[in-house]
Amino acid sequence: MDPILLVLATLDGIAYAALVFLVAVGLTLIFGVMRILNVAHGGFYAIGAYAAASLVLSVSGADLNPWLTFPALLVAAGAVGAVLGLVIERGLLRHIYAKEEVLQLLVTFAAFMILEDVQRLVWGVQPYAATDPVRLLGTVEVMGIPYNAYQIILLPAIALLVLVGLRWFLRHTLSGKVITAVTEDRETAITVGIDARRVFTITFVIGAVLASLGGALASPTTAIQLGLGAEMIVLSFAVVATAGLGQVEGAALAALLIGLGRSFAVYLVPELDVLIPYMIMVLVLLVRPQGLFAVAEKRRI
Amino acid sequence: MRFVRFLPAVLVLAVALLPLAVPWLKIILTVALAKGLAVLGVVVLLRAGQVSFGHAMFFAASAYSAAFLMQGFGGMDLAVLLLAGMLCSGAMGAVIGLFVVRYRYIFFGMLNLAFSMVLYALLEKMFHVTGGSDGMAVGRPTYFGFELERTAFETALFYSSLVLAGAACWCVHRFLRSPLGEALSAIRTNETRLEYLGISARRVLLIAYVLSAALAGLGGAVIAVNQGVVTPDLGYWIRSGEFVFIAILGGAGNVLGAFAGALVYELVRFYAAAMAADVWQMILGFVLLGIILFASRGFVGLYQDLVAVAAPDRPGREREPKR
Repeated sequence: MDPILLVLATLDGIAYAALVFLVAVGLTLIFGVMRILNVAHGGFYAIGAYAAASLVLSVSGADLNPWLTFPALLVAAGAVGAVLGLVIERGLLRHIYAKEEVLQLLVTFAAFMILEDVQRLVWGVQPYAATDPVRLLGTVEVMGIPYNAYQIILLPAIALLVLVGLRWFLRHTLSGKVITAVTEDRETAITVGIDARRVFTITFVIGAVLASLGGALASPTTAIQLGLGAEMIVLSFAVVATAGLGQVEGAALAALLIGLGRSFAVYLVPELDVLIPYMIMVLVLLVRPQGLFAVAEKRRI
Repeated sequence: MRFVRFLPAVLVLAVALLPLAVPWLKIILTVALAKGLAVLGVVVLLRAGQVSFGHAMFFAASAYSAAFLMQGFGGMDLAVLLLAGMLCSGAMGAVIGLFVVRYRYIFFGMLNLAFSMVLYALLEKMFHVTGGSDGMAVGRPTYFGFELERTAFETALFYSSLVLAGAACWCVHRFLRSPLGEALSAIRTNETRLEYLGISARRVLLIAYVLSAALAGLGGAVIAVNQGVVTPDLGYWIRSGEFVFIAILGGAGNVLGAFAGALVYELVRFYAAAMAADVWQMILGFVLLGIILFASRGFVGLYQDLVAVAAPDRPGREREPKR
């Protein structure tokens, strides 16, 4: 393989993995605490992307400092994640914690369907492109190849920051420890006086903000159009399943594995690029059904 | 109020006679029956407590196999297309099933979704084989050896679908009442105990999975011939979501509910979707939430309540699915 292609594929893979990680880590965090797979997560990602693109476009359109587009990305992500997260957890999920697992899955799927049309109603069917942040950061040379700094420096840096921050939050702050406690053993946590409902809300909002952050950060690098959410929820599920449900650090490694696998496929066997993430997942699951980093659960009779 | 007991029979008769009065309805009703067959497949899996978010892949696989057969041989008989479609999707179900029956609930649902996304992407990307997003045209096959005119063929296809739907209902009903079917329900209630009886839960689920894939395939072949064109959209996740939606609407785990749900869904969609195209998914989402939160037994539940109101003192009523 041409060394230039090798470098390009690696860079693409890292940039892509950073985005997928942000979505997947929220998904896995929510699952760890609530034991619910939130299909609506794909909707959070897509709406985060749309909202960020709109805000960035209005900042670029107005006579403002173009660097303001960066805080605009973050503001859009935070607002979308907090609002949607609160509404869906408080308004919907709260009523189904006692129901069967299948029904919980169906409820988040219904929420996903609703969010899909929210995008259509608010942003219409035409694609959006808001590439200012990428242009502003310019390019850096990696082994003689110019590559845009947004994707190769900013995205991985933010993903690393989220990973380290989340680790620190979960291990060294009280709220984080409470979340970990509920993840480990919900019944005991409730017995010692932890308010599981509050923990659920906090976790869900954190997860939602991470997903819409992923969408917001993706928005300058790609055209935002309908169908984005479905692709992302399935892909981030592949990452989460490869790592093992509930594994935060594992999700980062699995995202990297799948991101690199996909970008190499784009250069080597372009017809199969959509297949590679799932092939990786299927291979991993065939060998380790619980995922790479999870411990198999004991069966209860 | 006794007439409610005959409501299902009256409805079947109405569906069978309706196209005589309103000829153009038969296309829509055929679509509804085809979808009902796929929904029946979803219902079989729901009996085991599992939901597949990717069943449209079998629908699409069979529809495309019909298109390839028509194209490859320059014409084919309907019976061959239906059989080949079922075989093709059943074989695909066996391969994918070997993998997915190792999982339950979240993994089961999402792995099915992942496989269907792969098929959708392949159908769309390999345009030199599948025609990409434009899809492939499907000509009119012969009907058991007879060359029929368009209208005659549509009528024949509608009544054939009706018969097929009835046969499928009966078969699935028998299957669910068989020891194998009872073992399937046991996967939902307590899988570990089932295994203690010496029955392999995976094998039971695999058989059910192949059956459900073949049912979806039968529906797919019908719809390919009915529409005269196949596109990757047949396998898109929205279509799979639709099947799950109809299964829940009709009454989860109920055989007749699948078709009742499909008919109501398709008729409402025909009239309402044009007015509310942009919010159709949203409406489906809200109705789905409403059913799950407030009326989890769907249409069949409503019907059973009606029967109970009509004849409150009949203790020996049919066994109803445990909720």
